[in-house]
Amino acid sequence: MSDPMPAALHTAAAPLFQAAGLTKRYGTFLANDRIDIDIWPEQIHALLGENGAGKSTLVKTIYGLIQPTEGEMRWRGRPMVLAGPSEARAHGIGMVFQHFSLFDNLTVAENVALGLDGKESFRDISARLEQVSKTYGLPLDPRREVWQLSVGERQRIEIVRALMQNPGFLILDEPTAVLTPQEADQLFTVLNRLKAEGRAILYISHKLEEVKRLCDTATILRGGRKVATCNPKAETAASLARMMVGGEIKQVRAAADRRITVPRLIVNDLCLTPDDPHGVWLEHIGFELRGGEILGIAGVAGNGQDELFAALSGERLSKEPGTIVIDGHAAGHLSITQRRKLGAAFVPEERLGHATAPRMRLSENALLTGHATGNMVRRGFVNTAAMLKTVDRTTETFDVRKAKRDPEAASLSGGNLQKFVVGREILREPVVLVVNQPTWGVDAGAAAVIRQALLDLAASGAAVLVTSQDLDELAEITDRIAVMFHGRLSAPLKTVEASRERLGLLMGGSSIDSTEAPHAARA
Amino acid sequence: MQLVLEKRAERSATIALVSPLIAIGLTLVTMSILFAILGKNPLSALGVYFIDPLIDGYSLQEIAVKATPLVMIAIGLSLCYLANAWNIGAEGQFLIGAVAGSWLAVKTQGTDAGHWVLPAMLLLGALAGALYALIPAICKVRFGASEILTSLMLVYVADLLLDYLVRGPWRDPKGFNFPTTAEFDPVATVPVLIEGGRLHLGAIIALAVVAAGAVLLGRTINGFEIRVVGAAPRAARFGGFNATRLILLTFAISGALAGLAGIVEVAGPVGHLQPGISPGYGFTAIIVAFLGRLNPIGILVAALFLALTFIGGEQAQIAMKIPLDVTKVFQGILLFYVLACDSLILYRFRLIAASSKVQSGAH
Amino acid sequence: MELIEAILLSVLAASTPLLLAATGELVTERAGVLNLGVEGMMIVGAACGFGGAWLSGSIIVGALCGMLAGILMSLIFALMALGLAVNQVATGLALTIFGIGLSGLIGARFVGEKITPAPHLHVPGLTDIPLVGRILFGQDAFVYLSLVLIVAVWYVLYRTRPGLILRACGDNHISAHALGYPVLRIRTCAVMFGGACAGLAGAYLPLGYTPFFIPGMTAGRGWIALALVVFASWLPGRLVIGAYLFGAVSILQLHAQGAGIGIPSQLMSALPYLATVIVLVLISRARTGGSTAPAALGTVFVPDR
Repeated sequence: MSDPMPAALHTAAAPLFQAAGLTKRYGTFLANDRIDIDIWPEQIHALLGENGAGKSTLVKTIYGLIQPTEGEMRWRGRPMVLAGPSEARAHGIGMVFQHFSLFDNLTVAENVALGLDGKESFRDISARLEQVSKTYGLPLDPRREVWQLSVGERQRIEIVRALMQNPGFLILDEPTAVLTPQEADQLFTVLNRLKAEGRAILYISHKLEEVKRLCDTATILRGGRKVATCNPKAETAASLARMMVGGEIKQVRAAADRRITVPRLIVNDLCLTPDDPHGVWLEHIGFELRGGEILGIAGVAGNGQDELFAALSGERLSKEPGTIVIDGHAAGHLSITQRRKLGAAFVPEERLGHATAPRMRLSENALLTGHATGNMVRRGFVNTAAMLKTVDRTTETFDVRKAKRDPEAASLSGGNLQKFVVGREILREPVVLVVNQPTWGVDAGAAAVIRQALLDLAASGAAVLVTSQDLDELAEITDRIAVMFHGRLSAPLKTVEASRERLGLLMGGSSIDSTEAPHAARA
Repeated sequence: MQLVLEKRAERSATIALVSPLIAIGLTLVTMSILFAILGKNPLSALGVYFIDPLIDGYSLQEIAVKATPLVMIAIGLSLCYLANAWNIGAEGQFLIGAVAGSWLAVKTQGTDAGHWVLPAMLLLGALAGALYALIPAICKVRFGASEILTSLMLVYVADLLLDYLVRGPWRDPKGFNFPTTAEFDPVATVPVLIEGGRLHLGAIIALAVVAAGAVLLGRTINGFEIRVVGAAPRAARFGGFNATRLILLTFAISGALAGLAGIVEVAGPVGHLQPGISPGYGFTAIIVAFLGRLNPIGILVAALFLALTFIGGEQAQIAMKIPLDVTKVFQGILLFYVLACDSLILYRFRLIAASSKVQSGAH
Repeated sequence: MELIEAILLSVLAASTPLLLAATGELVTERAGVLNLGVEGMMIVGAACGFGGAWLSGSIIVGALCGMLAGILMSLIFALMALGLAVNQVATGLALTIFGIGLSGLIGARFVGEKITPAPHLHVPGLTDIPLVGRILFGQDAFVYLSLVLIVAVWYVLYRTRPGLILRACGDNHISAHALGYPVLRIRTCAVMFGGACAGLAGAYLPLGYTPFFIPGMTAGRGWIALALVVFASWLPGRLVIGAYLFGAVSILQLHAQGAGIGIPSQLMSALPYLATVIVLVLISRARTGGSTAPAALGTVFVPDR
């Protein structure tokens, strides 16, 4: 690599980007351990790995956000040191973040301007923004503020912003996690076009079918190390998953003799105005969920799932008691504590800060949702022994791994904390469990434990409501699936009859009215 | 070089214990430098400040007398701060408590009212303090107005109200036009514990408040509620705890304790109502609360320490002509160091080379 | 007629320190930092400003000393709240407690001294126009500076790239960091600007408003400036209106006291503080439904590396 290549041969003869022995150490923890990766132009390169495998650290290093402890990066064969993202952008590296790097209270054009480093005038930026968004079929209104936009539109801003720098190398972190299957297809069209234009793409996903379809190469990380580089088209989803996990993945099993019993959770024409001005209005939501049954709610994030969870849990109260019926009791007006006393249990999406107080111990977090039921509080005094016992039982039953008996919630890994949060509720033997994104951001092992626990809970006679953006997860554990769009809920479909295409259309809102009221739609 | 914070996986229990000591140590070093700048011998100045009061019986009592209001106010404030409700107007609640209790003392002056007067005064003081603290709390929960600013504004208002009363309607006719009420009757006075001494019943009340605070925070579900609402409001709501109710409650409790401290101070060591009854107890108590790491026992120790600085400051002014403002500077610096050292509980500090190019260039 | 002119003149003078301090705090808060130490920075600025002017005999030196003192104070805040990730509310309180003590210490030797206050503009002809002449063309430099400053702040915030970046840091520090902006450095600059403004506002009190120094002479103006930023919904234009309204309230109570209306003077003196409470309630109530505060205001940011 000592002689620089003639310019014309760059694309053909040398990788566009190389990492050699890239290592990032935090204290004693190795987030990335001697990673080598070659990125070629005109290729879509998948980066696969479980949560915590080191994907984020690697792409942040490539984008200049964090500095490697050891190792080297090369750009067109020459060593490259990045002091920050603007230097990465100057080389031609663009990034589309998973959790977006947008500013809610600024306009689309301002957001784009903040991602560009040049001295372009604001007017030129707006003009070029419209041109780029037209070229790639990614429509955007530069004058709108971000908080007004849907998740899909927000992602478009990120992509257009990255494209406006005309990057030779584009990194996308889990871009389809927030899209409907149809929107994902449109994204793939754009990505294939970018590839044809000679650009390199690093694509992070854990939707393996998608990777097989789209990507030319795959690098697989596990525990901070690179374990394989392969051609994903030559592998199966199962073989890719094995490499990611480093072993067989436990398959969940539904009990054969599950009995569907009486209605445990009934929602009647629930309408709710949001507290938050940026929130979603819930409109005429209704469903019935019986004991022994698991109902899934699919939908793109931000279509009212959080609002529905708040309404069901009692964090938001409804004026009409009858809108929510828990195990035969009208509960719309009841607080979350009173609903828990009726036998309901809840698992919100955010593990840290919502489901748990991050800087409090697990025993205190057991008390958080268990203080009104069970024996942890007597005459206003807390019973530390009972709290610790709850922690121990949860730890044993759900295989929660932790450094000591009663650590702070924030010190657990995502998967272990999620097992604790779900286990804490299941051990209370609820008749209704409402759970939002049960396996979001957890490793495959923990996900399998949690899904199995939900199936077992249903088998024991409880009604389970699972909201998830992961259609594979819903297909795996639910009996029926309804779709949420703009604060409305479609009629449930039987899971066995719900194809991805059909769910995708509902998630995009195209036929929600026709499923709900076929006659009205035809008229 | 650049200072970088690294989040610890768990809060460090060791540092939580030693951090106030580190803070005090750093403060003493800083103060020595300040004394040197002022042209005083740092060692003898520190001696006058921190040692002399401890070897003199009168000063020891006086420390307890000064610590009494600090403890009462700081325990109340710690409940607020744990619940993430920022009552910084304890000084005003202290003054209003003093005013409300004094009203009864003034009205019963010279009558043959019985021993019910003092308990009634204490009750009035606490009640008035609580009501006064509820004003910012209600403005906060009902209208969303910043409790920090409103509670502070009400300090000035309380100060002016007291000023008006002792210069106007309640002024002692035999007081040579000084702005003060007449000396309270014996039935309206907090009894001293030792005959002829300064230590009074308020110290016992303060100790009871510490004990009650320790039980509330450490053992009860309400204490847990206070801590979780402050530490993770969304999780607290998910747990079924009502933050609105808690803001009102903690403000009311802290106002009541500040008001009680006010009337105890007026009916005890001072003996009558006059302007300047507080050398800033309400603000110093904020420092006490943090130095005691919002823990009742810690607050007791911290209050004694800060009371020591009040006494030491007075003695240093007499003996070495060190201005009284040095005490306030000392308290401010101490609070800085306490907060900075607390950061060590959650983070590790590390110095790294500022330029990453230098670092990577070695390869 | 002359009374009205006198009142308007004194309103301008009384509003200026509020406007200066609030302008600085507005920029600080727009970057996402809540510095409650305005009162402390102001009072130290007052002591140092007077000291500088008295020792040097120059108002300009005094003003610079005040600003420098404010900046140094704000750097303590920045080190604590930004460098060490300490709770911003507690740090701000500490800064105020520290500042009140420090200003007493610094100012002790200046108590009782007098200086010649900042000169007022005099443009022959213009200044002599009845009623409006002295108001428009007869002020001291601080008054004009405060107005120039707020216009400049508006321009930078809304018409320039640095302003956009500053607002972005106040909206979402995680995004700003992900795009490569040095959030803590930008915030430190904003905090220092706030300190300079607060120091200047404090210095104005003994240099322009009353030509001597007394301990505690800010009398809560720093806190009122903080309330003004809320009142203004973090918008520069509304800040000017708010500052002059509050200036008017504090002046009217002085004149009412002077006129000998049968109301206790203490009640009149309490008016600015009561007005602050009432205004905070009204403005917060009017805004229920949509908060205009910078989204990241007061939150701790620790970048990972």
